[in-house]
Amino acid sequence: MSVASPLLEVEGLTKSYGGIHAVRGVSFSLRSGEILALIGPNGAGKSTCFDMLNGQNRPDAGHVRLLGEETTGKKPREIWRLGVGRTFQITATFATMTVRENVQVALISHGKQLFNLWGSAPRFDRGEAVRLLELVGMAGYADRPCGELAYGDLKRLELAVALANEPKLLLMDEPTAGMAPRERVELMRLTAQIAKEKSIGVLFTEHDMDVVFEHADRIIVLNRGTLIAEGSPAEVRGNPQVQAIYLGEGLLYEGGHREGASA
Amino acid sequence: MAFYVVQFLTGLASAASLFLVASGLSIIFGVTRIVNFAHGAFYMIGAYIAFTLTERFSGAFGFWGGVVLAALAVALIGVLVEMVLLRRIYHAPELFQLLGTFGLTLMVEDLVVLIWGPDDLVGRRAPGFKGAVDFFGQNIPSYDLFLIVLGPVVLGILWLLFQRTRWGVLVRAATQDRDMVAALGVNQKWLFTSVFAVGVFLAALGGALQIPRDAVHHAMDLRIIVEVFVVVVIGGLGSIVGAFVAAVLVSELNAFGILIFPKISIILVFLVMAVVLIVRPWGLFGKPEAAARKTPGLSVNPWRPLTSNERLAALAALVVAAMLPLVAGNYALTVGSEIAIFVIFAVSLHFLMSVGGLASFGHAAYFGLGAYGVAFLAKMAGLPMIVCLLLGPLLGCMGAAVFGFFAVQLSGVYFAMLTLAFAQIVWSIAFQWVSVTGGDNGILGVWPEKWAASPSHFYWLALGVAALVTIALRVMVFSPFGYALRATRDSVLRSEAVGIDAKRIQWTAFVIAGTTAGIGGALFAYLKGSVFPDNLGISLSVDALVMVLLGGVETVSGGVIGAIVYKALNIWLVSQTDLSKLVLGGFIVLIVVVFPKGIVGMLEILAQRRRKSSPPGSSLLAKPIESAE
Ligand SMILES: Nc1ncnc2c1ncn2[C@@H]1O[C@H](COP(=O)(O)OP(=O)(O)O)[C@@H](O)[C@H]1O
Ligand SMILES: [Mg+2]
Repeated sequence: MSVASPLLEVEGLTKSYGGIHAVRGVSFSLRSGEILALIGPNGAGKSTCFDMLNGQNRPDAGHVRLLGEETTGKKPREIWRLGVGRTFQITATFATMTVRENVQVALISHGKQLFNLWGSAPRFDRGEAVRLLELVGMAGYADRPCGELAYGDLKRLELAVALANEPKLLLMDEPTAGMAPRERVELMRLTAQIAKEKSIGVLFTEHDMDVVFEHADRIIVLNRGTLIAEGSPAEVRGNPQVQAIYLGEGLLYEGGHREGASA
Repeated sequence: MAFYVVQFLTGLASAASLFLVASGLSIIFGVTRIVNFAHGAFYMIGAYIAFTLTERFSGAFGFWGGVVLAALAVALIGVLVEMVLLRRIYHAPELFQLLGTFGLTLMVEDLVVLIWGPDDLVGRRAPGFKGAVDFFGQNIPSYDLFLIVLGPVVLGILWLLFQRTRWGVLVRAATQDRDMVAALGVNQKWLFTSVFAVGVFLAALGGALQIPRDAVHHAMDLRIIVEVFVVVVIGGLGSIVGAFVAAVLVSELNAFGILIFPKISIILVFLVMAVVLIVRPWGLFGKPEAAARKTPGLSVNPWRPLTSNERLAALAALVVAAMLPLVAGNYALTVGSEIAIFVIFAVSLHFLMSVGGLASFGHAAYFGLGAYGVAFLAKMAGLPMIVCLLLGPLLGCMGAAVFGFFAVQLSGVYFAMLTLAFAQIVWSIAFQWVSVTGGDNGILGVWPEKWAASPSHFYWLALGVAALVTIALRVMVFSPFGYALRATRDSVLRSEAVGIDAKRIQWTAFVIAGTTAGIGGALFAYLKGSVFPDNLGISLSVDALVMVLLGGVETVSGGVIGAIVYKALNIWLVSQTDLSKLVLGGFIVLIVVVFPKGIVGMLEILAQRRRKSSPPGSSLLAKPIESAE
């Protein structure tokens, strides 16, 4: 890996709700093509972190820089235009459209055709839509109503949608929550492969430690809003503080058998 | 100076009833999440029953007893309504709840006329508060002083009720988290019913207490409900303190607005509401609501463009319709023109409501503005008909641009209330600004030019425009813009996360829909040869909603089919009965409860079943999605 300028730089990110410090002074960075896992017990502040990176939530303090550009306080749609794809912990898709149309909407937006009143959306960039679906193994479902998909397939669809704007950075909040164990491994393998091929930086949270240790280049650990550890999978696994947190939760080594049923 | 003080006190006195009704609406919404459009109707029944009771029983006891008894009686009616109707629609999409309670309102309007007659009823003065107090040469009715005290007293009682009683604690808990209450094992059904009863009691009490101040009449429901909507939008739905503060604010704005803009005092209230919406979209004391159930319909069924066969069929239908003048007489052709115009109106609302998920309860405003636009151009500027038809709808476009900008800042029930309030504001301007609009007398003599004057020619004109508009909107439904609009309806979160500026898309859709409605209105002005405030009235807005609903709110063609069937039925019905509101209201309630998919929706289901039964359908995947939250 080259030592290029970091894709994402986070500095002193802070957010509290009333008396609860959801996130406290979190700083880290992420390079292109790197896969970084953000782990931590339920309520550690992972989703809150994601929402601030993505513009869904405004930090009380701190900075987020994407390719050197300040994005703190920008709206989600502006951050998306800079090349950030996002999948949600609880999937958000267009339930009354077909699977392919879900991708096409993202392509329409990427092609700046949102105010085109005359073209045909179902025919818009069909080839690219199908290609993206193929990439995540959903091409066979292209014409199915999205509302009928099983949860695991929705997650894969979200990945295809997130890839539609040729992102430089993917933010995936619990991408495999609610999937069967085998599907999880598959989805993350796929994500890792795409990320390496296209040199996309990936930040993801995950409860399944098998998945984390297999795919993450680096891991950062959040507990009660504070970063407590950072390093390679081996380093983090050996970190006594991390072990202390996770032993109580029983997640570190048998995470693969538990559902990530966090809120 | 004394004059202004008196004006201020008058405002405070008016605030009392407004607060009672608004707080009732807020309490009901907090627990059941239903915005009770029938709340104005309960207010009105309260006034009517109180009138009867206070006339029947004499003396101070008769009066005050009558007022309280009336409110209790209406609360009982409320309980019945809750158990028979609302319990069936608590889990239905918002739109159906709004329409169901609106249907009730329509029924009540005809019922009170049936029982109490169409004339205004002037009730008796309140015993003990008949006189006036002298204030530096100005008179203040002592009943006003009573009302000024009553408002804060009721606020205090409600506060005690919610803080100090077990029931109040439950209500507050349910307002914050309904699931929690269900989990506690409290009989939720009963909680809902009792909350509804209390809310209705407050509304009816507000109405009953008005009789010494105002005559009782059968249109008072709409007037109060619009003011109440303005109050809860400003104060924040679900907040009782908000209801109080906003009721005072709105009443004072009305009291002083009359001094500043005597003709169009309502403008001032609108301006304040606009400012509040920009600064605090959820009202002064409200909390942001998680947008619930954006999808207007009940199921998920992707839309597809017409196949070439279906296109041919539609074209054939159009050709058949175009041959009507060969067989039909003048009356039938006029009816045909009217139906064509209402197709335009319905498809314009369909675009906003079915595609965009934005159920406007005031769409007639833009229809009527188009009509007034034509009337102004034709009568005042004397422009040729074709120019008027082209430019007239621009008034609808401008109205939609201004009001739509504010309306799309909100969604769901707030959007519905706001669009209704806007429409009512436009209506009152048309009604009050007599020097420009002719007020109630309207603008007469807007006749088509010779080339379009004969019924058959006008019919062809209306049919042609309707066909063009329908095709254009249909193209837009399947255009990239149409998909972006549906995307904002299905999931705002996801659409913003793929770079869609939801509010701008929705605003554009609002303007498109408003302009299209304006085209319908422009033709309507020429069809009738005149323009009246009714052309932008609430009942016309409701007509549009019912047309889309009847046709099928989740379908692409629902607007067209619904308009044709509904308008034909409606014209026939009006010729058959004087109680058209009662029948229409009952019809709406019926659709909402037993026929929510509409005509096209039912046909689609039948077609689907037939398709499924032939090849053994590959059974689809696991978890069905419930309406997108
Ligand atoms: N909107 C909110 N209001 C109040 N507290 C919140 C809100 N969102 C998150 N929190 C709190 O912040 C903390 C972190 O939550 P979250 O980021 O969802 O954790 P994670 O995703 O790691 O499970 C939790 O204690 C949660 O209760
Ligand atoms: Mg989370």
